Amino acid sequence: MDQFTQLVVLTLAAGTPLVFAALGELVTEKAGVLNLGVEGMMLVGAVTAFAVAATTSSHWLGVAAGIAAGALMSLVFGVLALSLMANQVASGLALSLFGLGLSAFAGLSFVSVVIDGIRAVTIPVLSALPIVGKLVFSHNPLVYLSLLLFAAVQFFLYRTRAGLVLRAVGESPQSAHAIGYPVIAIRYAAVMFGGACSGLAGAYLAVAYTPLWVEGMTAGRGWIALALVVFATWKPWRVLAGAYLFGGVTLAQFQAQAMGLDVASQFLAMLPYLATIIVLAIISRDATTIRLNAPASLGRPFHAG
Amino acid sequence: MTTLRVPLRLEARPAPSRVAALASPLIAAIATLVVGFVLFTALGRDPFAAFHAFFIKPLDSAYGLSELLLKASPLMLIATGLAVGYRANVWNIGAEGQLLVGAIAGGGLALAFDTSASALLLPAMIVAGALGGMAWASIPAWLRTRFHANEILVSLMLVYVATHLLSWLVHGPWRDPEGFNFPQSKLFQDAALLPAPFEGLRINAGLWVSFGMVAAGYVFMQKSFAGFQMRVAGLAPAAANYAGISAARTVWMSMLAGGACAGIAGVQEAAGPVGQLLPTLSPGYGFAAIIVAFVGRLHAVGIVLASLLMSLLYLGGESAQLNLALPSSVTGLFQGTLLFFLLAADVLIHFRVRRVQPAREDGVTRNARGETA
Repeated sequence: MDQFTQLVVLTLAAGTPLVFAALGELVTEKAGVLNLGVEGMMLVGAVTAFAVAATTSSHWLGVAAGIAAGALMSLVFGVLALSLMANQVASGLALSLFGLGLSAFAGLSFVSVVIDGIRAVTIPVLSALPIVGKLVFSHNPLVYLSLLLFAAVQFFLYRTRAGLVLRAVGESPQSAHAIGYPVIAIRYAAVMFGGACSGLAGAYLAVAYTPLWVEGMTAGRGWIALALVVFATWKPWRVLAGAYLFGGVTLAQFQAQAMGLDVASQFLAMLPYLATIIVLAIISRDATTIRLNAPASLGRPFHAG
Repeated sequence: MTTLRVPLRLEARPAPSRVAALASPLIAAIATLVVGFVLFTALGRDPFAAFHAFFIKPLDSAYGLSELLLKASPLMLIATGLAVGYRANVWNIGAEGQLLVGAIAGGGLALAFDTSASALLLPAMIVAGALGGMAWASIPAWLRTRFHANEILVSLMLVYVATHLLSWLVHGPWRDPEGFNFPQSKLFQDAALLPAPFEGLRINAGLWVSFGMVAAGYVFMQKSFAGFQMRVAGLAPAAANYAGISAARTVWMSMLAGGACAGIAGVQEAAGPVGQLLPTLSPGYGFAAIIVAFVGRLHAVGIVLASLLMSLLYLGGESAQLNLALPSSVTGLFQGTLLFFLLAADVLIHFRVRRVQPAREDGVTRNARGETA
C-alpha cells in the first residue's frame, strides 16, 4: 500500500508540467489558434524561473518570472500569427527553435548552479494522517495549483459568458466579428494565457520538480502537451487524465530500474515518446471525432477585411 | 474593425507580390544583423569587432571556406527534401531523427564490413542511409495516411526515439572496445570515408551528392508531373482532391523525400567530418534545415543560398566562442531570430501597408488617397 501511495504522488508530480502546458494550449486552441511553440515557451519559462530563483533566492519570484517570460514569448508568436497573419505552423515552429536557442544562451551561466527547490507541503495533523495524508495533503504546492487551474479553465470555458465568446471565436471568427466581438484581441488573450501556462510548466520543472537548469531540459514535454490536447479531444478533464497517464509512463524507467529489470535505460527513456505516438494514432483513427471536437477555425488566420 | 490605434492598416493584395517574396529573406537577414548589433552591444562587446569575428573571420581562409561548404552541404540536402513536403503542406519536422537513423544504417554497414576495401562500400552506405531515413519517415507517413495521426507530432516524437536508439548503440553493442569506455563506435576504415580531395581541408565528395540532390529536387518539383501534383495539393487541397490527386500519395512522397535526404545527410556526417558514430553526431542540422527551407523560399537556388547563410551562423558561433568568449549557443538564437523576421516580412507578400487618415466626424475611414475604405 505504501508503494502504491508513493506511485500516485510521483505520478502527479511527473504529470503536472503536462497539465499546465496542455491546459494553456487547450485554451489557445479553443480560440482557434494553433501555437506549436509550447516547447520553446516552456524552456524560456524554465530558464527565467531558475535564473530569478537562483539570484533572488525567492522561488515564487522565479515562478512569477517564468510565467511572465512564457507570456512574453507567446506575444511574439501573437504578433506574427495574429497581427501579421503568418502561417501558424511555421510561426510556432520558429518559436520553439528560438526558445531552444534563447534558453541555451541565457542559461549557460546557470548550468551547474544548485538551488533548493520548492518543497512539498506539510500540513500539521492532515499530512500525518495514514494514507490520506500522503495521497492528498503532501504534494508540491504547484501540484495543487495545477488542479486549481484545471477547475478554473473548466469553469471558464463552459460556465462563463467570456468562455462562450472565446469558443465562438474559435468556431467561427467571422460570426463573432459580425456580432461585434474583437476577434484578434480575444485571440491575443488566449495565446498569452497559453504562453503564461507554458512558462509556468517550465518554471515547475526548473524550480520544483528537478530543480536545476539543463539545456533542453523539457525533453519534448511541450510537444507531448500538444499531442495531449488532441488526445483529449479538446476537453479539459481528459487533458488532466492524459497528463497523469503520461506522467506515469515517464516514471516507468525509474520503476523498472528499481525493480532490477534488465532493459537498457535508453529503451525505457523512449517509452513516453512511443506512448505518445501510439495514443495519438489510436485517438486520431476516427477522423469524425476529431473533426467534430476540434475548434472549426483552428490554425486559420483571421483578417477582418 | 481590427484597426489598431496606429494610422496604418493591412490591405489584401489582389495577387501575391513576387518582389516581396524575394525581398523578404533579405529584409529578414538585415533585421537579424541589426538584432545582432544590439545584442553584441548589450553584452558589452564592440559590435564591429563582434561582427568581424562572426561574419568575416570564418571566411578569410581556404579552411574557413571549406568549413562553410562542409556545413552547408547537409543543410541544403535536408532542406531540399523538406521543401518537397512543405510545398505540399505536409509538415515533416523530424528530419533530425531521420538523419540519425540514416547515419545508423550507413554507419552500421561501415562497421559490419570494417575490413572491406571495396569501392562499392561508400555508395552502399549512402543508399543504406537513404533507406534508413525513409524507413524512419515512413512511420509518420503511415500513421498519417492510415490513422490520420498528425505528422508534425509523430515525426518530432521520433527524433527523441532515434536519439535514444543511437545512444543505446554507441553505449552498448557498437561501442568501440578500445575507446576508453567513451560512448562512440570504432573509427570508420578508409573505404568507408568520403574522399576529401584537398590536403588539410575537410570538405569532401559529399558536397557533390548534395548538389546533385538539390538539382534533382528542382527538376522533380518544377518539371515533373508528380511535382506539379504535389504543388497543387499544397496550394489548393480541395482542387487537388477534385482532380483526383491522391492525398495519401502526396503524404508518402513528401515524407519519403524528406527522409531520404536527411538519411543521406546523416551518412555524410558520419562518413565525413565525424568519421564514426557518436551521440552528438549532428549539431541540430535537421532543425536548422527547416529554417533553411523557409528562408530559401522552398526553391533550389534559395535553399543553396540560405544553407550558406545558416552555415555561416554555425561558423560565426564557433568563432565568437573562440574570439569573443561568447557562448556558441548564440547561433541558435540567431537562427530563430532569422526565421521570425522572415515570417514577419512575409506579410508583405499577400498584404500591403496602407496609411489610414484618422476617422472623420462622419465616421468614414479614408486611406491616403482619400478613398473610403
